[in-house]
Amino acid sequence: MKVQGEVAHVTASAFDSLQLKNVGRSFGGQEALVGLNLTIRQGEFIALLGPSGCGKSTALNCLAGLLPLTRGEILIDDKRIDLLPPEKRDFGMVFQNYALFPHLSVEKNIAFSLHMRHLAKADIARRVAKGLALVKLEEHAKKLPGQLSGGQQQRVAIARAVVLEPRLVLMDEPLSNLDTKLRLEMRTEIRRLHQSLGLTTVYVTHDQEEALSLADRLVVLREGRMLQVGTPEELHNNPANWHVADFMGYRNLLDLRVETVSGGLARVAGNGLSLMATAVQAVGVGDTVRVAIRPHDLLVVGSGVSTEERNTIEAVVNVVEYQGREFAVDVTTTDGQNLFVQSETAPVPGDAVTLTVDPGRILVYRSNLDMSSEESELAQVQA
Amino acid sequence: MLLPAVVFALALFVYPFTYGIDLTFQPLPGTQQQWGGGIFANYIAFFKDPFIFDSVWITMRLALPAALFNVLVSIPIAFKLRQKFRGKRFMSSLLVLPITLGTVLTAQGLLIFAGRQGWLNRFLIETGIISEPLQLVNNYLGVMFSLIISGFPFAYLLISSYLSGIDPALEAAARTLGADWKQRFRRVTLPLLAPGLATTFILTFVLAFSVFPSARLVGDPGGATRVMALMAYRSFAEQHDYGMASTIAIMMGVIELIVIAIVLLGRSFLYRGSTGGKG
Repeated sequence: MKVQGEVAHVTASAFDSLQLKNVGRSFGGQEALVGLNLTIRQGEFIALLGPSGCGKSTALNCLAGLLPLTRGEILIDDKRIDLLPPEKRDFGMVFQNYALFPHLSVEKNIAFSLHMRHLAKADIARRVAKGLALVKLEEHAKKLPGQLSGGQQQRVAIARAVVLEPRLVLMDEPLSNLDTKLRLEMRTEIRRLHQSLGLTTVYVTHDQEEALSLADRLVVLREGRMLQVGTPEELHNNPANWHVADFMGYRNLLDLRVETVSGGLARVAGNGLSLMATAVQAVGVGDTVRVAIRPHDLLVVGSGVSTEERNTIEAVVNVVEYQGREFAVDVTTTDGQNLFVQSETAPVPGDAVTLTVDPGRILVYRSNLDMSSEESELAQVQA
Repeated sequence: MLLPAVVFALALFVYPFTYGIDLTFQPLPGTQQQWGGGIFANYIAFFKDPFIFDSVWITMRLALPAALFNVLVSIPIAFKLRQKFRGKRFMSSLLVLPITLGTVLTAQGLLIFAGRQGWLNRFLIETGIISEPLQLVNNYLGVMFSLIISGFPFAYLLISSYLSGIDPALEAAARTLGADWKQRFRRVTLPLLAPGLATTFILTFVLAFSVFPSARLVGDPGGATRVMALMAYRSFAEQHDYGMASTIAIMMGVIELIVIAIVLLGRSFLYRGSTGGKG
């Protein structure tokens, strides 16, 4: 797109929707991505979340055009773009290792995409100045990337990707190479940038905290497949299956059996425990199920105090970890089941404690991850 | 700990080198008579005797183009061989094989293949493409072919390794920023590759400049390929003029140093930091 001397916005016009239709990628017999269906609306911040090897980086690279699809299509406003090379897609990308051009100054790095479009010199200078101000690196403009700290390089990478205000910004775990403090600062920066620029963003991370704090919607992936799509609250409070629950911090995953089922409630038992729980997925009597409980939802009550109609668990304290505001307590039940509890007070290791849990916060899932047709449909709609 | 290394360096390098320089200042009486200049007679003869001095240009005329060709042609080939494809290993081995052959075997092969009665000429004549055999050996071309065959694998290996030392994410980043392959090459790859190219050129040039056996075997040692190394050998073995032989050798070194200095000067203006790749 040759635009000489034009001062107005030169970005490709923002789109209404970006759709991934049944996107799949297999390589050397391995299926890195299967059946990815997602519709992204303009201005949304989408986080792709999952453990290593789940296909999130593959998905991002497919979106960027750096990897070809083996199946499916990517459409913008119903026009296919998956056949376009990366240089023609008008997307911005921030790489995990920043990939700054080492031989070019910060200024020239940021100006790169502007030069590729043959913009007028004055226009380029103006946009670069804006980009530098955006990430607060004005005084480092003439330095080489090798002279900057990790956090500063990170900011240059972001400025370089967004200076043209592209219709889609892709970020591949941009914060994973930074130390904790810097990571938190940059997280706020990224959120601020998104609020002020409003650019549609797809963000890849394995850190659920990061995803929850940045995203408008989250996509949890595992082994190349989408497990659930939803807002941070939806995923945090109502994980669709045990793997998503696991990833959302439900550290206690117990394999128990269903004794009774009525309505949405189920009594599950095993390992000396008998609990009234909520059946998130349809289960039948006698099924082996996986039960998820968040450490925060296991409440410590004084030993021996009876709590009628609530679930109680007797256990002995093993390890207590100090975490500033709270304590991470590792306990073992009388029948040897290990549980993780998050508590505001510190019990003494070796003490006997009684734990209680609200049935609404014990989530019962099927042991296998195959979705029923109902759930698949729901997933499609949410996507 | 340092002592053995120092002794080694002294014995194998410093001593012969200084001895050689010393020799250059001991011209034969004949040389002194012909050219004057006292102890500098050898050097005066070197610069004033066209038979000797022309060899500088003759050698340069072979070494510079050969080095340039080897470096420049290696670049696209190194690029192409980055991607995996069927038979890649075979191709890479084929490209590197000539290093193992040695000058004499290469010369032999050239004579058999490209000589006046070699396979190539016989094929071309029998199929009627030409009527007179092509003069491809025993001249400038023969030596040029030999230099390319022996120098190319070397340049290719070096440039390949420099290329793989550039972080592939840089090229990916350039693509996402809208750069097509021409722009990527000009603005990202070439600037990062340039210092490596300079170094490769220097090494290939020095290798080519010291050409010797092929100048005799597939060249025209009396005329068009009368290279400096040959002249030095002639002084040494045929005329027993050790002083002149040393002089020619020293001057070879000086000329190479001048070329190296020029290239390094140019290189110092380029970015020579880390390029982030895994090599």
